[in-house]
Amino acid sequence: MSEHQRETDAVSGVETTGHEWDGIRELDNPLPRWWLWVFWACVLFSIGYWVAMPAWPGISGYTQGLLGKSDRQEVAQALADLKTQRGINGAKLRDATLQQIESDPALQAYALSVGQSAFGDNCATCHGPGGAGAKGYPNLRDDVWLWGGNLEDIATTLRHGIRSGDPAARVSQMPAFGRDGMLDARQVSDVTEYVVALSGRPADRAAVGRATQLYADQCSSCHGPAGKGDQAVGAPDLTDAEWLYGSDRAAISGQIHNGRGGVMPAWGQRFDPETIKAIAVYIHANSGQ
Amino acid sequence: MLVAVVLGGFLFFLGAMFTDDPLFRFQAMIFVAAAVLAGFALTAGVSGGLFRDSPARYMDGVVRAGVIATMFWAAVGMLVGVVIAAQLSWPTLFYFPEAGWLNFGRLRPLHTSGVIFAFGGNALICTSFYVVQRTCRARLFGGLLPWFVFWGYQLFIVLAATGYVTGITQSREYAEPEWLVDLWLTVVWVAYLLVFLGTIWKRKEPHIYVANWFYLAFIVTVALLHVVNNLALPVGLLNHRSYSLFSGVQDALTQWWYGHNAVGFFLTAGFLGMMYYFVPKRVERPVYSYRLSIVHFWALIFIYIWAGPHHLHYTALPQWAQTLGMTFSIMLWMPSWGGMINGLMTLSGAWDKLRTDPVVRMMVVSIAFYGMSTFEGPVMSIRAVNALSHYTDWTIGHVHSGALGWVGFISFGAMYCLVPWLWNKERLYSNRLVEWHFWIATTGILLYICAMWVSGIMEGLMWREYTPEGFLAWSFIETVSAKHVENIIRTLGGLMFLSGVFIMIFNLWRTVKLPSVDRNDALAAPLPAAA
Repeated sequence: MSEHQRETDAVSGVETTGHEWDGIRELDNPLPRWWLWVFWACVLFSIGYWVAMPAWPGISGYTQGLLGKSDRQEVAQALADLKTQRGINGAKLRDATLQQIESDPALQAYALSVGQSAFGDNCATCHGPGGAGAKGYPNLRDDVWLWGGNLEDIATTLRHGIRSGDPAARVSQMPAFGRDGMLDARQVSDVTEYVVALSGRPADRAAVGRATQLYADQCSSCHGPAGKGDQAVGAPDLTDAEWLYGSDRAAISGQIHNGRGGVMPAWGQRFDPETIKAIAVYIHANSGQ
Repeated sequence: MLVAVVLGGFLFFLGAMFTDDPLFRFQAMIFVAAAVLAGFALTAGVSGGLFRDSPARYMDGVVRAGVIATMFWAAVGMLVGVVIAAQLSWPTLFYFPEAGWLNFGRLRPLHTSGVIFAFGGNALICTSFYVVQRTCRARLFGGLLPWFVFWGYQLFIVLAATGYVTGITQSREYAEPEWLVDLWLTVVWVAYLLVFLGTIWKRKEPHIYVANWFYLAFIVTVALLHVVNNLALPVGLLNHRSYSLFSGVQDALTQWWYGHNAVGFFLTAGFLGMMYYFVPKRVERPVYSYRLSIVHFWALIFIYIWAGPHHLHYTALPQWAQTLGMTFSIMLWMPSWGGMINGLMTLSGAWDKLRTDPVVRMMVVSIAFYGMSTFEGPVMSIRAVNALSHYTDWTIGHVHSGALGWVGFISFGAMYCLVPWLWNKERLYSNRLVEWHFWIATTGILLYICAMWVSGIMEGLMWREYTPEGFLAWSFIETVSAKHVENIIRTLGGLMFLSGVFIMIFNLWRTVKLPSVDRNDALAAPLPAAA
């Protein structure tokens, strides 16, 4: 029963091939014409494309194509064009001071464009796309600054970074009061209440009283007697509503215990001076300063 | 055979003892555990007479095991897919820095390999074992060899999966397992080829059915791709790590020659084999055109193998190679569509079954998705289109219209056919549940691929947008944030597809529990009863 007679399928009126497997038969339909034509059209298109463009490799080299197209040349050309386009304004940016850039609307607009692009690809990873910051990464859109928020301060921070290892980096280190045993758990908790009270929130009065001397001895040298902070050493203002690592008691006592401090790279090692200036202008323009 | 198992287990035990590489020890211990289990199974089987199966009957135990494995890995692989989609949608919510193995980078290959190789591979192996026996009217070749293929392949999956989550990878997409696991898969795959060829060799039909050409092309080519792409030098015989023999752009081209033909021969040719049996069998109509099946088979085989370079447009790959990759992809359009025409036109005279049989509808929609993604593929291979689509979510959507729509649905269709046939049931437990599965899954696919079209084209346009001053308008992170809503829709679509799988598993489970009917499926019988 293996070889079957060719028979005619009742539904389509087409002959079968006479083969049969497990009840499956095959009709002897021809190749659909449109299918064949589209296939040959694709082949023709491909041959045309081979003639026009770099295509087949030989022993040495490859067929260059009649159009003389080359990706490498086109990329080189596009980069050269971009350089020309950026060149005039780039030179202006290099020669101007930060203040001059801000006071020249056309140059400022150019600097903002450069700054936004560079900020997005390099700074946004930590500070967020709009510079709004995140826990441990300062918000750059307000008027609260750890290391100073005028144009020169921002540019210095950008150039040398924070705790970056750069010789001119901004460096300070809050002690890990709890971890290193400088304060015991009770004292950490008391100082936490004191810091909560500094920011104008209701706190445990007895604890605040106990912590007054501790704050004066341990904290005030950087954060100031009134808790206003000191931008010379990057010590935050403890009286405002901005908190780098969180404002609740757990976050504050955690910071007193561990004394964390973030690291920012020294971008001057990576960017040309124009780009540093542009980012500084961009950050400054978007901040509350 | 028992000797080989004991010896192999002992060798791996020695390896585990003497290595100073904890990851190698971990994998060696999995081999030891597998050898112990295999040893027990063989001893119990021989002494219990389990293997004295009647040679006059088809070997269906291994196919039944394959059906179960297919559905099991479908649930696992797709569940991991939903998890990583959720990680992309809510990166802060599904981020587990303490549990490294739960990170996206490790779960992603678990998902891709889980779905392609564990779910797809099991579906291909078990349907090919079923189809080759029926269409050759011959019992599977090789005695216990098919069982070795089945369990050896499961061992490969377990080794690969546990390797990914513990951090073993050679960083080749869809070929992440390291040299030891690659060697094991090679052994299993050669055994698979032997079983398949041996069965065809002893066939009682004069001709080889078209489904078997496709299955054979899949087996042979995957063996070739796997071996070449994984050529590597191990750091040491007791070390899990190895280094590829290729480097630079040759390495990239080898990888994408492999990667693209994994799509071509694993996900296309193999599943076309499945389609060529289950569609005509289920709708009880002859295959539309024998000539078309020959022509599109050979055209597909010859042209597919060239198309890999389209994955490397606008890279360090020489432009002439990109040209060839693109033009061969365009020429591949019609050969791919030959399968679609033959599948769809086989329904002529039986179109009413689309209404009455949800399993047929599932297979027809799968062929439609096949047609769509084999059109989309050549379009995306055009360099100008690729300049926009490459690296974007569009590619992800394209892959999923093929994977969920074509591979998923044709496999589900085959499983819905196979379970009543293999477990001797009159019918499925519930056609209504198949309807539910069909509509939930189809809606899920559409949500998924539409979301990916939108987000892919959007991010492609954002990446290339310049400000008038000549600077990029968008930072990368802004293009990521912009996709948030689409990512959520994609997660929802994936969740729906996964729900469909659970409905299906429930339905198949209840089908197995139905009372059995007598199906004369012995070899000597003229033909198995029509379903």
